Amino acid sequence: MNSFPWLTVLGLVPLVGSIVVALLPKSRPALAKQLAFAISLVVLGLVVVIALQFNGSASEPFQFVEFHDWIPAFGVTYSLGVDGIGLVLIALSAVLVPITILAGWNDVEEPNAESVGSVKGYFALILALETLMIGVFAATDVFLFYVFFEAMLIPIYFMIGRYGGAQRSYAAMKFLIYSLLGGLFMLAAMIGLFVASAKITGQGTFNWFALVGLNIDPTTQKFLFLGFFFAFAIKAPLWPFHTWLPDAAGASKPGTAVLLLGVLDKVGTFGMLRYCLPIFPAASDFYAPFIIALAVIGIFYGAFVALGQNDLKRLFAYSSMSHFGFIILGIFVFTSVGISGSTVYMIAHGLSTAALFLTAGFLMQRHKGSSLLSDYSGVNKPAPVLAGFFLFAALASLALPGLVSFVGEFMVLLGTFQRYMWVGGIATLGIVITAAYVLRVYQKSMTGPVGSGLEDIKDLNGREITALVPIVLLTIFLGLYPAPVLNVVNPAVDTVMTVIGATNPEPTVGLSSTTSKGAQQ
Amino acid sequence: MNAVASVVRTVEATPWVMPTLDYTLLAPILIVLGAGVVSVLFEAFLPRSARRPAQLTLVFVSLVAALIAVINLQGSRATAGQGALAIDGPGLILQGTVVVIAILGALLMAERGLDPSGDAFAARASSLPGSEDERQFTARGYFQTEIWAFFLFAVGGMMLFPVANDLLMMFVALEVMSLPLYLLAGMARRRRLLSQEAALKYFVLGAFSSAFFLYGAALLYGFSGSISFPEIATALSSKTGETGLVLVAIGLVVAGLLFKIGAVPFHQWVPDVYQGAPTPVTGFMAAAVKVAAFGALLRLLYVALGGMRWDWTPMLWVIAALTMLVGAILALTQTDMKRMIAYSSIAQAGFILVGVIAASPAGLAGAIFYVIAYSFTTIGVFAIISMVRDNNNGEATHLSKWAGLGRTSPFIASLFAIFMLALAGIPLTSGFIGKFSVFTAAISAGETWLVIVAVVASLIAAFFYMRVVVLMFFSEPTEATATVEIPSVFTTIALAAGATVTVLLGIFPQPLLDLILNAGVFIR
Repeated sequence: MNSFPWLTVLGLVPLVGSIVVALLPKSRPALAKQLAFAISLVVLGLVVVIALQFNGSASEPFQFVEFHDWIPAFGVTYSLGVDGIGLVLIALSAVLVPITILAGWNDVEEPNAESVGSVKGYFALILALETLMIGVFAATDVFLFYVFFEAMLIPIYFMIGRYGGAQRSYAAMKFLIYSLLGGLFMLAAMIGLFVASAKITGQGTFNWFALVGLNIDPTTQKFLFLGFFFAFAIKAPLWPFHTWLPDAAGASKPGTAVLLLGVLDKVGTFGMLRYCLPIFPAASDFYAPFIIALAVIGIFYGAFVALGQNDLKRLFAYSSMSHFGFIILGIFVFTSVGISGSTVYMIAHGLSTAALFLTAGFLMQRHKGSSLLSDYSGVNKPAPVLAGFFLFAALASLALPGLVSFVGEFMVLLGTFQRYMWVGGIATLGIVITAAYVLRVYQKSMTGPVGSGLEDIKDLNGREITALVPIVLLTIFLGLYPAPVLNVVNPAVDTVMTVIGATNPEPTVGLSSTTSKGAQQ
Repeated sequence: MNAVASVVRTVEATPWVMPTLDYTLLAPILIVLGAGVVSVLFEAFLPRSARRPAQLTLVFVSLVAALIAVINLQGSRATAGQGALAIDGPGLILQGTVVVIAILGALLMAERGLDPSGDAFAARASSLPGSEDERQFTARGYFQTEIWAFFLFAVGGMMLFPVANDLLMMFVALEVMSLPLYLLAGMARRRRLLSQEAALKYFVLGAFSSAFFLYGAALLYGFSGSISFPEIATALSSKTGETGLVLVAIGLVVAGLLFKIGAVPFHQWVPDVYQGAPTPVTGFMAAAVKVAAFGALLRLLYVALGGMRWDWTPMLWVIAALTMLVGAILALTQTDMKRMIAYSSIAQAGFILVGVIAASPAGLAGAIFYVIAYSFTTIGVFAIISMVRDNNNGEATHLSKWAGLGRTSPFIASLFAIFMLALAGIPLTSGFIGKFSVFTAAISAGETWLVIVAVVASLIAAFFYMRVVVLMFFSEPTEATATVEIPSVFTTIALAAGATVTVLLGIFPQPLLDLILNAGVFIR
């Protein structure tokens, strides 16, 4: 429909930017920051242009399709395309990157006792990561997806390992080894998929469109599904594959943590939705009860551990884990509302996590970098604006009605009730604990008598407020009017539902009514 | 009476004819071996000052000429030397790779800008380590240029190895390749005792494995009445009932080759030799011997023993699994860079064996791609190891001396990180495509479990590769941190070639894959 390779260009801009930033002289750290920020804004602009051209009601869910041979010997193609789900996740990445850069403006200093990396290196890595994030959501070839999926580890590995806190080296290694473990099993499963497709069609392929609806025999599906799912479950992370996340988040800079939890982990849930369900429908159906059980355990496990955490970054990591339980639950109940809700939840979680980590990061920076909850109290007196943003982030995280996280959570639970009433009932209780730990954090750190050393901390400055305001506005806007997201997501969800042959249980909740329901909240 | 008459008649009926040698097909090998002979003459007749320029010119001119000759033979598919050599697509690709790797290896060996006292080789290998003689030779600035004669013969043997089409020719190639390498391994300028010990170990164990090979070859000849691979294959398929001794024979012959590859349980020499040999020699040997020996192993297994694949695959299955796991696990515990890379090379040999086991055209292509990718990466790795020097200008091979290198020499450390990522098999490097091709071949052949073992081994291997990255990039430089010496143009070219190929094959592997796939299978 459109011959201009929008997605390739979109991916190339940050890549070229990353190289340019990396080649700047070391003596010009300010220039590196400005350039990186400018490039991330250009990318955001490109995403807006793409989103405006995206036709939500087109019959073909994938748009901006590009197709070139890459390694014909293995049936590998360079093929890109986005459906609504891919588009909103790319948009989320493009929104979060400039915010992260702006918020982390002074997070990295020239190499000193604490960090070994240069300023320009950090921003170059963020831009390189953006390229890979765009690629991973835009790939429609399993091999290409895998390449982005694995290559993505490298910049984040360096971002944790070179720029993180005390445990950075350990955390980076743990993150990498966990991810590679999943990735290598996925590699084996991916090759198995290729061989299976060769047996069915005579010509092995990695093309997503060819693999969907291939009707691989159920036994093979079950094995291959596990390989893929394992990688995604580690990434997401699903209980009990989550143990790398608190360490990684705890040792990261706030900006790194935002990209890690806000976008990278979404690759796991996106992968389940894009690859596990459509390519292995029979296996998805077979494993769904187990996965739902793990997701529900994750919701409660994450929430309870968060309740007992004293380290803010680790607390947010466990809280994310709980949220990911909801997202995975929504995917595997196989209802349109649930899957749409999961996608909305991904966006909401990206925004609320960014708000939480960034405000907490601003706070920590003002208090010797301490991330211990017990070191803070009464911050709302010296820094009311900071406390206000923190309250907003907390409310976004507990899914206050009117905010986008509520839309996502409500839809996921609604979808779950349609299919498994009991599971829905139990999962709903998770919200209560979420409210408990989130409000506990706010109460302990922001209210009460002002803690020692906190009396004269400065309130947020203009740059920090500028970084947070877009998140707040988006959270409120999409909370009151989620139609822009739902309109593009729903057709894609429809396609998924058709491919996996699932029907919505009675009473059927049609897509149009879903949209209006979302809009009403 | 009758019998005698028949013998006489047979002799009369087949008059002696001149064997046809097909010089064009043999040209690449003859050029290199001929240059080796000339190189010996240079040593004998040229004045000392003229030897190095003359030898270097000879080496590079002959290797480039050999490469041109190989390219010229493109598309050939014939036997030469009365069936003793098979010049076919895969053979030519492997020969070409050996020549290119040899050129890069020669560049490393020719380097004189890194060690202030000269090159990587002892002034006089004959002088006792620590003796007055040694001190004097070094003080006078003597250099050994005999290394180039050894080098050329070794390259000639390596080119012969993957095209040898009968057992005797394969044995000759094995020896022509190995003997000069034993010598080269013992010639390090620094840490000479370690180097000589390595050479001796290499020689003794190598001789052992040659004996294995020879004994197995004799048994195979006894069974089939021929040393030629195609005839052995025919004999194996026609006499299916009498396989008892044949299995022993196959085991012995294959063990001889697995020794050269460094597969477990024939790997004990690898760490000592890699550590003790002069680094440029290690780099050349690690890369080129793997190419040549895997070529020979593939031809032996696919051509001569192809009909017996159900018998040798279980054996190789166990060896491949052990090689991957033992190599990866032992590498974890190493504190010396060269020893770590040695164990890594063992693990890598295991991954290549996964492709060999597939016993299919895809497996052949995958193994060849992997070994080519691996050899270029290895050259790059050793180029950098030879550049990283400690306070005494010796090579800083202890891992702790690499701490913080990413801060002091970011460019070289980044290159080394790319090599480590390639060896770990991370996408967008040649190592990933290599792993992918052998795994695909193995799963297509139904060897899923072996691939799962390989996946686990890859993970363990990734841990120690990334540990180097952690050291270089996540640690502070210390007092003991090594410095990166700026090499001359020789090492620079080798390093650049290694890095370029590693990245290019990761992003655009199709041209090389095309070349390998179009080359087809071995001639039978």
